[in-house]
Amino acid sequence: MLLVNLFGLALIGLIIWWFWLYRPEQVDADSTAITVRVEHGVYQPAHIHLPPDQSSVLSFERVDESPCAEMVLFPELEISESLPVNRVKTIRIPPLKSGEYEFHCQMQMYRGKLIVSD
Amino acid sequence: MNPEINSPNASSPVKARTDPIHELIIEGAGCASCVGKIEKALKQVRGVENADMNFAQRTVTVTGNADTAGLIAAVEGAGYNARQLGGGANDDELEQKEKADWAYYKRLMREMAIALSLGIPLMIYSLVVGEMTVATTVERLVWLVVGLLTLGVMVFSGKHFYIGAWKSLKNHSANMDTLIALGTGAAWLYSMVVIMAPSLLPEMARHVYFEATAMIIGLINLGLALELKARGRTSAAIKRLVGLQAKTARVVRDGHELDIAIEQVLKDDVVRVRPGEKLPVDGEVLEGHSAIDESMLTGEPMPVEKARGDEVAAGTLNKNGTLLFRATRVGKDTALAQIINMVKRAQNSKPPIGRLADVISAYFVPAIMIIAVLSALAWLNFGPAPAVAFAVVSATTVLIIACPCALGLATPMSVMVGVGKAAEAGVLIRNGEALQTASKITAMVLDKTGTITQGSPKVTDIIVLEQEADAPEESAILRWAASLEAGSEHPLALAIVDSAKSRGLSLDKVTGFNAIAGHGIEGRVGKRALLFGNDKLMAQRDIDIQPHIGTIQALAAEAKTPMYLAVNQKLLAIIAVSDPLKPDSVTAINRLKQAGVRVVMLTGDNQATARAVAARAGISEFVAEVLPQDKANKVIELQQQGEIVGMTGDGINDAPALAQSNVGFAIGTGTDVAIESADITLMRGSLHGLADAIEVSKATLRNVKQNLLGAFIYNAAGVPIAAGVLYPLFGLLLSPVIAGAAMALSSVTVVTNANRLRFFKPQVSNYQSEEV
Repeated sequence: MLLVNLFGLALIGLIIWWFWLYRPEQVDADSTAITVRVEHGVYQPAHIHLPPDQSSVLSFERVDESPCAEMVLFPELEISESLPVNRVKTIRIPPLKSGEYEFHCQMQMYRGKLIVSD
Repeated sequence: MNPEINSPNASSPVKARTDPIHELIIEGAGCASCVGKIEKALKQVRGVENADMNFAQRTVTVTGNADTAGLIAAVEGAGYNARQLGGGANDDELEQKEKADWAYYKRLMREMAIALSLGIPLMIYSLVVGEMTVATTVERLVWLVVGLLTLGVMVFSGKHFYIGAWKSLKNHSANMDTLIALGTGAAWLYSMVVIMAPSLLPEMARHVYFEATAMIIGLINLGLALELKARGRTSAAIKRLVGLQAKTARVVRDGHELDIAIEQVLKDDVVRVRPGEKLPVDGEVLEGHSAIDESMLTGEPMPVEKARGDEVAAGTLNKNGTLLFRATRVGKDTALAQIINMVKRAQNSKPPIGRLADVISAYFVPAIMIIAVLSALAWLNFGPAPAVAFAVVSATTVLIIACPCALGLATPMSVMVGVGKAAEAGVLIRNGEALQTASKITAMVLDKTGTITQGSPKVTDIIVLEQEADAPEESAILRWAASLEAGSEHPLALAIVDSAKSRGLSLDKVTGFNAIAGHGIEGRVGKRALLFGNDKLMAQRDIDIQPHIGTIQALAAEAKTPMYLAVNQKLLAIIAVSDPLKPDSVTAINRLKQAGVRVVMLTGDNQATARAVAARAGISEFVAEVLPQDKANKVIELQQQGEIVGMTGDGINDAPALAQSNVGFAIGTGTDVAIESADITLMRGSLHGLADAIEVSKATLRNVKQNLLGAFIYNAAGVPIAAGVLYPLFGLLLSPVIAGAAMALSSVTVVTNANRLRFFKPQVSNYQSEEV
């Protein structure tokens, strides 16, 4: 029983680390244009690094038919766009100050982040 | 063969659309070498300056004066497919979305049918037999077959959950798929352990839960399908707005009339619209006159007469005459396109009330996974026999019931319907925050001119006080006053000049013209030294108006503004000007008062006129002789009294007060509206829009609260019950199947409740005009 309990506690620790503490890899928008694929309940890439004070273009390519994937919202930037299935939708991101800006679907099940830093 | 830019009508060449940049999405380009081929093909199209393809994105950017159809033909000629990158909402995009939704709906229903065709018989069997235990070898073999069939269901009907969960896990995020995959996966794996290695488990715990796995997958697919249907209805307002756009336009080019697609109409094209046709673009009337039904855009029920010089808007309906107009705004610049975009944006912004739900949603899924583990541990340590079975059931049920989809949908779904509902009434709400604040307004400040009144003053009385030998008639008085005022842009001056014009009077030449700011005008006509202005001007020039004070007061009491004409230092006449109330201002103000809103009128008029206008409008609180900056101070004063203040004005000279208020309402007049400037824009001039906006926002907020409450209760109560808190007291433990059904129905319930808003009607939707 002790082993089971220890396993359970370790599992909880793993969940906390995996979802909340781990810093996922970022994808650089080196050419200030990047494609985000919307598929299987996630944005790929979900963590995008952008240079500050520079506008950029994100191209969302939605292949996920689920209606949850239909909208992408950037709440702090007051951007919301519908993403047609099997089409690319370009979204222009204005120049941003350093910081983190979330984007997500209406239900917040699909989540991503723009990380703006030098 | 190089594709040429062809017009849709080969015999009547049509100018190519001159967008400098085109963005196309390319299909079928599988290798990097395709890039050169596609770019080369595009560069050979007449008008193309450059073509750059991004292979990673499969997009190509083309610069130059070429039409999109020609570019697509060029790409197709090179052996690939191309489509224009999606822009705003248009028919094509909506059609494509509907097709995709329908295909997805059919797929979900098919998957649901497969899953339930296994789950329901298993469920009935478990209810009839009571226990789904594995005791004998035969039972093990039979259940193995069932287990494999369930695996088939998981692959066929639930594959998307498992792939989604895996992708999500890899990305260090957790979503709905994670919970479903973990829940159903745990139930199936446990059941397979029971079959394959029963000795690992105590005899009492040798249950299989295949029916739960199949039923959950079936029910959640059903829930998604129902939600998809319900969601389609929430965007009905956008669909209706997009449906207002005409598909073709009849333009006059080089003396020929051509029917072309609206995308090809250029700014400054001359467009002909016949009776019964929709207007394809915004424009200015060049010839003809007709009544235009603008109700779809402004909510204004009465058709508006249009003639030369008037502005017309895309999407409105030409009733009875033929109009020839010059296109002033086309494509995404038309008022209708801007409205569609604004409504879309507002529909997806959230009011502050939804923020707590957003924060909870962000942390919810991993938190639920932890609760599931803790719940399983608690059962294993303290639960009754068979503890392992209880642990599996409770953990599975917690995972399944906890999906926060309903929480995530609670706010956006209601806002989507509410903002759309307001748009139907000609009320454009800029964002969710404005929607929420509008529901709390306790005081409404109304600018007088153009808001309560029509904003176009008219001459009502010309009172000749002393006759001169050569000025016996009213017409001469009016002619002189108009001659002086002809160069002024002041609304009162325009009223005088318009009145003179309507009587066919020709104006005199004025010499020695001098405008005295805030007072009036002086000048000479022939031998006469004329002075025209207000009481302050008369006082300044020592002209006594006191002998006529009775007449002056009587005019002010009728909400008329008196102006004085003096000739050679003698007061000759009083010209009264009045700005009539809008026909429905009184009923609209009554609606606001009935809703418990304190109504305050602000005006630059003198006390007596302001009192008279306020009395006629049914307003007891007013402030007269205010300058624009004083309006903002009045808003601050009300805010200091604890009021949530709405300010209504025309959006230009009221800007400081609009900015200071909690919610700024701009009164728009159809196409002239500065859509982006205010929190809320009333497309028709009527103040009923204010009451409509407040009523719609209250109804929407009520709906959001219902949804949030439902979703919070569902998760807050559902999770502990699933974990087994009621078991020690009542022996109650939730079945995973019930949890699956509840989860599937929770989002459907939220979306359906949001849809109820579609039937909401403002108190007075079809108000009756009244004579004032």
